[in-house]
Amino acid sequence: MQQNLILHDRDELIAPLYQFDRKFWTTLATLIIIIAPGMLLYVRQLVLGLGVTDLNRPVFWGAYLVNFIFLIGISMAGTVISAVLQLLKVNWRRPITRIAESLTVFGLMTAGLQIIMDMGRPDRLAYTLIYGRLQAPLLWDIASLTLYLLTAIFALYLQLIPDIALLRDTIPATAPLWRKKLYEILALGWTGAKEQWRRLEKAITVVSVFIIPIGISLHTVTSWLFSTTVQPGWKSTILGPYFVVGAIFSGIGLLFIATTFAREYNKHLKAYITETFYTNLGWIFIVMSAVWFYFTLNETLVVVTEQETLEFPVMASKLFGQFAPAFWGMNILMIAATWILVAPKFISDKPSRNPLFQTVTGLGATAIAVIIFFLLWLRLPALAAPAIQTALILAFVLFFIFALLGVTQWMKTRLITSTVIASGFVLFGMWLERWNILLPTLTHARLMPYTTYNPNVTEIAVTISTFGILTLMFVVFYKFFPSISIWEVEEGRALEADSAHQ
Amino acid sequence: MTDWCMVIDLEKCVACQGCSIACRMENNTPVVSPEEAKNGREMRWNDVFPLPVHLGPDQGEYPNVKMHYSTRPCMHCKNAPCVKVCPVQATFTDEEGIVRQNYNRCIGCRFCTVACPYGVRYFNWFEPQWEETLAEYRNPDQLVVKGSLEGPAVRPVGVVEKCTYCVHRLVKAREQAKVEGRDFRPDEYVPACVQTCTGKARFFGDLDDPDSTVSQLSKSLRATHLLEDSGAHPKTLYLAEG
Ligand code: SF4
Ligand code: SF4
Repeated sequence: MQQNLILHDRDELIAPLYQFDRKFWTTLATLIIIIAPGMLLYVRQLVLGLGVTDLNRPVFWGAYLVNFIFLIGISMAGTVISAVLQLLKVNWRRPITRIAESLTVFGLMTAGLQIIMDMGRPDRLAYTLIYGRLQAPLLWDIASLTLYLLTAIFALYLQLIPDIALLRDTIPATAPLWRKKLYEILALGWTGAKEQWRRLEKAITVVSVFIIPIGISLHTVTSWLFSTTVQPGWKSTILGPYFVVGAIFSGIGLLFIATTFAREYNKHLKAYITETFYTNLGWIFIVMSAVWFYFTLNETLVVVTEQETLEFPVMASKLFGQFAPAFWGMNILMIAATWILVAPKFISDKPSRNPLFQTVTGLGATAIAVIIFFLLWLRLPALAAPAIQTALILAFVLFFIFALLGVTQWMKTRLITSTVIASGFVLFGMWLERWNILLPTLTHARLMPYTTYNPNVTEIAVTISTFGILTLMFVVFYKFFPSISIWEVEEGRALEADSAHQ
Repeated sequence: MTDWCMVIDLEKCVACQGCSIACRMENNTPVVSPEEAKNGREMRWNDVFPLPVHLGPDQGEYPNVKMHYSTRPCMHCKNAPCVKVCPVQATFTDEEGIVRQNYNRCIGCRFCTVACPYGVRYFNWFEPQWEETLAEYRNPDQLVVKGSLEGPAVRPVGVVEKCTYCVHRLVKAREQAKVEGRDFRPDEYVPACVQTCTGKARFFGDLDDPDSTVSQLSKSLRATHLLEDSGAHPKTLYLAEG
């Protein structure tokens, strides 16, 4: 088995790079259809001004900024997986380092794009360099983002060099000339000499050491954008670490989704990215979720207890007011995600007869819970009586528990599917978390009546477009470079074989 | 050092909104459509608004109502949060204590609008527009400092604008004095809202000069600031009611 894999490695990973088949073109076309409307609306925004969004006074920032923080967050995937695991010499990281690092690069690029889209005068972007004030938190963010992006690109490229050299040497005769040239230039004359390997390993270690503090600085500085102001709800000292934790959390979520997407796209990858990776990274995911809950509790409990005149209305709007659906939605998603990850580890392999643990029960209960959630959200006047509200909330909790219990058995047998579902929940929950940090404060400005904000068509389309662009970058990039670090995997095998011999 | 400051006596204020209109005409703040205004896009550098802002049961029911009004220009904070966050120094405090705005430099990031605790910064969501007759009454003045527009000529789309204590009037008054070959006197410069105020509730002058009206008023027991505890060290003074 082992032997076979090594022989096929190069074929399976390299051959698809030259197959521009129907599947590739349909994916590309779908993505472009997804991206196009948002881009058109953005051009309209460029011509007419930011007024085409639903931003207003005092909600000067909205969906774009939420996307920005979210994208910065998911870019953490690369740093954690690649750098930390690299330094710890963890072996199961090998097949997914490439995907993780590329996610960092693409996440940061789209985050930068998003912030430019949010500017009133994107034509004056260069002023941040020419007239930049070093005392301004926004400039720290720009500097940190640029540095992180450059380091991430460098790290990705370093990892790629041996594989590019491999591509250069194995390129089929039918491949277009420009592709040959591209690989030739990018390979930087790599021959695989011993000295070259030694230097590469050294460089990778150095970059790994540096990228961790740079990554943490970016997430912290992004939180400082908010916590250095005097606005209620933002001026919190734990916002920095809270953002870092949230970033790692959502970063891992995206990594799970991206690797699964890659696996489904190129079935051969299933032999490399195995369940081991899902189980091991899953543990880190669980730990992050616990830390995230801990921080969320801190942020909430303190404000609720002190009931300070400015802070409390902001918090109250999350607990009971207009942001309650987003706040409780976030918590429910996170609880569900944690359950999906943790619960299957505690039940036995044998299928149970208990009706509570049947998939049908689970799905039925989920449906009912979702309906009750929306009923609560809509605040129908007919259901406004306190007794009915309490009954609805209790019913929701009950069916939510049934739903969690019911699906456990099903999850147990489907590790990868359930991890992806949990990742989806976490990603959506983290997006809501960013929303819940940003908007309640903005809608509760001082000396102004409280307002509301809902993104309009332009903002929604641009948001969809942005995530489309992220996927597009991912798809196109892996048409040119193998999605698995071939040399790292081979190195891992060699190490294994070595230790087996001894 | 001169430290320009405004004092507003809320006891005298009749909430006529004259200051608001004077400011609009002096500084060419664009008029927006009713729909836009409903969406929170109106521009009133100097706003007259009810206090407390969130009307609730505390105010009582007609005819037993308790209601206050206040008026709000920029506070020209001494520790201005808006200045601190601007990445390109498009908003800055000058040597005479006025927080000014450079419309040619602002990149429209709206960080200052978010950071200001008083909500007195406004963003140009669209290209400003005037109906024909209104356009004829625009203030023709234009203050350009080192090639950069600082008002009151119309601002471009996508930048933030705010009350500048009518700094162009200061420049104009200084130039006038120079042309006439004499020294500039502080009482030659007042913002449009102060000049207009129906109730004579607004005063303006140099806080650094102990003999000026504003210095004298600042010693009043009624003297206070809006949101004294905001951490921004607001400068514009209020004389409380009662
Ligand atoms: S009131 Fe607002 S705009 Fe005026 S100086 Fe203070 S922070 Fe800046
Ligand atoms: S919107 Fe303009 S003035 Fe305000 S912080 Fe940004 S660049 Fe500075």
